[in-house]
Amino acid sequence: MAMLFPDPFDTLLQFQQALDSFRTSSWLGSGPSASGAYPPLNVFRKGDDVVVIMEVPGINKSEIRVQVKGNTIRLSGSKSIQYGEKAAIHRRERRAGNFDRAITVPVEIDPDGVQAECRDGILALYLPRAERDKPKTIAIG
Amino acid sequence: MARSQALEVQEKKEIVGKEEATVPARYFLPNTDIYETEDALTVIMEVPGVEKNDIDVHVENDVLRIEAKINFAKYEGLEPVYTEYNVGHFARSFTLSNKLDQQQISAHLDDGVLTLVLRKAKEAQPRQIAIT
Repeated sequence: MAMLFPDPFDTLLQFQQALDSFRTSSWLGSGPSASGAYPPLNVFRKGDDVVVIMEVPGINKSEIRVQVKGNTIRLSGSKSIQYGEKAAIHRRERRAGNFDRAITVPVEIDPDGVQAECRDGILALYLPRAERDKPKTIAIG
Repeated sequence: MARSQALEVQEKKEIVGKEEATVPARYFLPNTDIYETEDALTVIMEVPGVEKNDIDVHVENDVLRIEAKINFAKYEGLEPVYTEYNVGHFARSFTLSNKLDQQQISAHLDDGVLTLVLRKAKEAQPRQIAIT
């Protein structure tokens, strides 16, 4: 979505509305059987390339494994929560456990150029498009 | 908690308040764990995507208010094609009891998880009474 909104105060709200409108998008095909639901992810397009961003709070990058094969990316790992020993729990909303999720992107990606960055509880995957899959611009004579 | 079960997805809870903010944006409630030990109350909140400078914790009139803003400049140039969750600022407030020493609150942020330790006031800590 081009950031040409003239009102700088509204940009976040419009970005949030744009995110909402792609909730029912079927861009991501149904992938291999290990497709769980966690972590929820957002897929963006940056030019020709694909960027996948997901929220993984409380998970260190050593606890996540990212594997790529063809157009499929597999994310697996575990999230753990530690309480002190003699802790009385007043409220518990965070969850812990394992996750294993696979997604298949409908464009061909270059598996050697895939980069992953995990910081501040956000895991971002940068998936560059394979050279042979890029659309060719045709000059109009 | 050594159960190897699959993690569930928690939908972000949006704050629907009666007052409007001056800058329109959606605010969400961060998932919070609160637990109590002998000398402190610990509040743990999940605020992924928030950097240390964008978190505001303050106590006023016995109310602890936490506001964590995301910087969405990194989303510049990205066009959404498929989304499963929304992105926004986080805010949550709690009323503190007078058993807590409101001057001594420490906070640290790790991997998108904010941990606040609120020490209990001296009088509220358990004391052993010696019998003479």
